[in-house]
Amino acid sequence: MSKKIILMQGNEACVEGALAAGMRFFAGYPITPSTEIAEISAEKLPKLGGKFIQMEDEIASMGAIIGASLTGFKSMTATSGPGFSLKQENIGFACLAEIPCVVVNVQRGGPSTGLPTLPAQGDVMQTRWGTHGDHPIIVISPSSVREVYDMTIRAFNLSEKYRVPCILLMDEVVAHMREKVELPEQSSIDIINRKYLNPSMSVYKPYMDYDGDGIPPMMNFGDGLPYHVTGLIHDISGFPSTNADVSKDLLNRLMSKIYNNLDDILEYENIYTEDAETVIVSFGSTARSVHRAVYLLRQEGFKVGMLRLKTIWPFAHKAIKKLKQTPVRNLLVAEMNFGQLLETVKASAEGAFRTYGLNKYNGELITPQEVINKVREVAKHA
Amino acid sequence: MHERVEIRLSGSGGQGLILAGIILAEAAILDGKNAVQSQSYGPEARGGASRAEVIISNINIDYPKVSNPDVLLALTEEAMLKYKYDLQQKGLLIIDSGIEKPEDSYKILQVPILETAKNQVGKIIVANILALGVLTMATGIVSKESIEKAVLERVPKRTKELNKKALYEGFKLGKTQ
Repeated sequence: MSKKIILMQGNEACVEGALAAGMRFFAGYPITPSTEIAEISAEKLPKLGGKFIQMEDEIASMGAIIGASLTGFKSMTATSGPGFSLKQENIGFACLAEIPCVVVNVQRGGPSTGLPTLPAQGDVMQTRWGTHGDHPIIVISPSSVREVYDMTIRAFNLSEKYRVPCILLMDEVVAHMREKVELPEQSSIDIINRKYLNPSMSVYKPYMDYDGDGIPPMMNFGDGLPYHVTGLIHDISGFPSTNADVSKDLLNRLMSKIYNNLDDILEYENIYTEDAETVIVSFGSTARSVHRAVYLLRQEGFKVGMLRLKTIWPFAHKAIKKLKQTPVRNLLVAEMNFGQLLETVKASAEGAFRTYGLNKYNGELITPQEVINKVREVAKHA
Repeated sequence: MHERVEIRLSGSGGQGLILAGIILAEAAILDGKNAVQSQSYGPEARGGASRAEVIISNINIDYPKVSNPDVLLALTEEAMLKYKYDLQQKGLLIIDSGIEKPEDSYKILQVPILETAKNQVGKIIVANILALGVLTMATGIVSKESIEKAVLERVPKRTKELNKKALYEGFKLGKTQ
């Protein structure tokens, strides 16, 4: 059973998804093209007993959602490139202290304040390496309004399950477009909550791997026993340590809790790749142009397909590896930047394909015709 | 119906064209079709040339932007001159009577949208809804019933009668041509 069919904006779908996932705290500093997420959260959260705070800036917003999450509230913030830069320090804190939270980055043209109202995909690398130090992170990117809804729920689920910040990487096109959607009933949605420890226990080691899966259960701040949370390397008690084994073991656990679960975390979509000679790798709104181009090129008899990445980080190396068992000879990476994902795809291809970039960074969405022209050009080289 | 119909609504910022685009998309959904609405705007809140775009289709809509509009509505000359460049040769240009008719080969429908909204309906602010009435009658892209329902569901309660009147004046203007 589905709810009624309506016209919904991407940013609105993000809030609806967040509320369905159980978000009850939002702190933010509104910025185009993410503003509607804060606006609608401010309207809807209080009605559900949740809290909305407009903070003094993005740094404080990120700090506030970390604090709220520690007390047990599912928490989110939303921003765009300039604000995302400011959040990086606290994102690193959340990675190390293992605080579940969702950060929405609606990409606009950059660098700096750039093109506030126009789309880009220039934050691909910043979502992976924006904060310093080796750290785990999960980044997912939707292509449609319905997918914004589903992926916001998934961002909360992944974040809660793995105790890691999850970045929902949107772009201006997906965020601002309105599209026909049919939302599912709440009862049909899978919700994952973090593992809780019974607050009545007498000794609590906040970073002890009680279950052996690399993910320590949490206790809400304020319930039961007091504990220590820090951005310093810490032992299982949560207190700082400079011990070499403690440092190594902590970083290994932080990485392995993500990299041991790639089958769960990685999502991608293959369209017509089984017999394709050229496969276009894409994500976000660009993938819609690519989809159109693939459809039109197939009508002309071109053997072309698409690999759409839904999970951006960790990178889906297995998706590229699988293409090595097909007739694919050319990979074309279409993105609204100078080629940020292209370098990773090249590394993953290990020379098995001729790899090209289709890049646009003028504040306009890549058009299907541009994809078609590039595919024809690539085919000539072959 | 074609696989994909592209409509661009343009005018000056503040004329309510984005709202008109939303309503047109909602009417298409009420008709059981697919619809995508998008907009383009600069950092300013008022003035300048503003546009809203709607794509209506019986099948899935992938590329969400308008590339060759089948219909262009322009309420100001500035908007018309800025946005008619990629109108299909067989397309329809709907312009307000205050705009100088361009010497182009596509079909042009020129009607007094702003004047009728101001003098017949009584408020120029409903020109966007009146324009939807014209567009509905002139193109048949959406049904009269659905556009009326979509208008009444979107506009504030106290302005329903006013907007309904504007829509019906638009129906009349779109039919007489």
